[in-house]
Amino acid sequence: MNSVKRKIILRFPPQSGDKPLSYVLVKDYDIKINILKAEVMPGKRGSLLLEMEGTQRNLDKGIAYLEAHNVECQPLEKRLKFESLKCISCGNCTAVCFAGALTMNPETWVLEFNKDECIACELCVKACPLKLFEIDFRDEN
Amino acid sequence: MARVKSYHEINEKIRKGEAVVLTAEEVAEMAKTATPEEIVEKVDVVTTATFGAMCSSGAFINFGHANPPIRMEKIRLNGVPAYGGLAAVDTYLGATSVNSDNPEYGGAHVIQDLIDGKDVILEAWGKGTDCYPRKHIRTIINKETLNEMFLFNPRNAYQNYNVAVNTTSKIKYTYMGTLLPNMRNANYSTSGELSPLLNDPEFKTIGIGTRIFLGGTVGYVVWPGTQFHTNKPKDENGVPVTNAATLAVIGNLKEMSSEFLQAAYYEKYGVSLFVGIGIPIPILNVEMARRVSINNSQIQTSVLDYGSPGSPKLGQVTYEQLRSGEIEVNGQKVKTAPVASLSKARKIAGLLKEMIQKGEFFIQEPVQLFPSNTSLKGLVEVEMLDGEGGKL
Repeated sequence: MNSVKRKIILRFPPQSGDKPLSYVLVKDYDIKINILKAEVMPGKRGSLLLEMEGTQRNLDKGIAYLEAHNVECQPLEKRLKFESLKCISCGNCTAVCFAGALTMNPETWVLEFNKDECIACELCVKACPLKLFEIDFRDEN
Repeated sequence: MARVKSYHEINEKIRKGEAVVLTAEEVAEMAKTATPEEIVEKVDVVTTATFGAMCSSGAFINFGHANPPIRMEKIRLNGVPAYGGLAAVDTYLGATSVNSDNPEYGGAHVIQDLIDGKDVILEAWGKGTDCYPRKHIRTIINKETLNEMFLFNPRNAYQNYNVAVNTTSKIKYTYMGTLLPNMRNANYSTSGELSPLLNDPEFKTIGIGTRIFLGGTVGYVVWPGTQFHTNKPKDENGVPVTNAATLAVIGNLKEMSSEFLQAAYYEKYGVSLFVGIGIPIPILNVEMARRVSINNSQIQTSVLDYGSPGSPKLGQVTYEQLRSGEIEVNGQKVKTAPVASLSKARKIAGLLKEMIQKGEFFIQEPVQLFPSNTSLKGLVEVEMLDGEGGKL
């Protein structure tokens, strides 16, 4: 079976810290997990960016398991907003993007954004002088 | 005898649609196989351009008189302070001036809103005089209601600029972008071989009166820019290896486009304005052909540590190295990133080339050349005796 990789933002409701959810993902669904970013506020919500690797079937099952435990799961790319039409390709964001998601095309010098490489470090949000990036990691809205 | 062309001769060719125009990148490529003597025969004009954040920018505006009239002594445009020290309804709005309630919105944003045709709230106060009795006004203005609105930028188009790094252990937020700690990035600004003053380093054709492309319309060089410095260290080609000369430029803001004039906010630094400038260089002689032939591998700039006091120089690199994505500084490999838009600069150079080819843009000989021997003064802090300041 081919394995696939997905970057998923997990949002934990309050009082969800008592269950070893990631352990279950590994043990029962054979999913390799890589924690790329985590913010836990005790008694409040928590957010986690997980890179999950496994068969499509197991990933679907693992995500269904998380959702059954009231953990919201959303692909990272759905939480990334970039107003590309307003971009002037100045390059400021590429200076801080060490994940390699934001790069300048070496021929045209136009900005290229490969969302698959993004790890939601959020440095581009501040670095962009036109404020064109938005990363909704914490569900502050 | 080497070929020499006059401005008149080149403009006649433009008028007839016969002028051969290349961008500075195209001529740099051509120069790999052609000599300056051949280039002066073949090429009439070379277009250069830059599109970068230039803080020393702003606009003169005349609002027209209200009835009853007011002598505007304190002026706010969308909450951004504009200068109140000119005549009754004249002002200068600096790009970096900000709304104190929203410091991410500044003069540059007001300028962009105005050229985009948006309404802007004008509020002004005066003390009330016999001829200007009114003390307060609050109204809406836009591009159509204003008498004049022209961009006047006292320092633009720097001839070369430094590469910024940060050797400290803390992130630094600067006008050269976000500088990561421990020298994890190196940010550079100039458009290299396409940059105007790098293609005419001794200002033989760029001077007072030079007609240019500014913010999407025709503008002019009006003076050497502030901090104009001709005595910075130069390489063997006579090109400065650090920031040196600058230009003061002017143009009709009503005709400009936000495609070539873009407001910006830099985190923990402030507001600035990206300005698009294109300058044509007439190939009058072999000397100018040699100047415009320069390419990125021959243009050098200095790497400065923006994290340390006095920004010490850590090295010198070429634009070819900077564009490769990585340079070496003090034995450490550092990732490079531009902070000015080369793709926009190329677009401007291409547009200017088209305008000249179509006979819509002619080359203006400078009415006066720039000074050739200038340097900079620092600001000296003079010790004053108690009360002495009060006498001044």
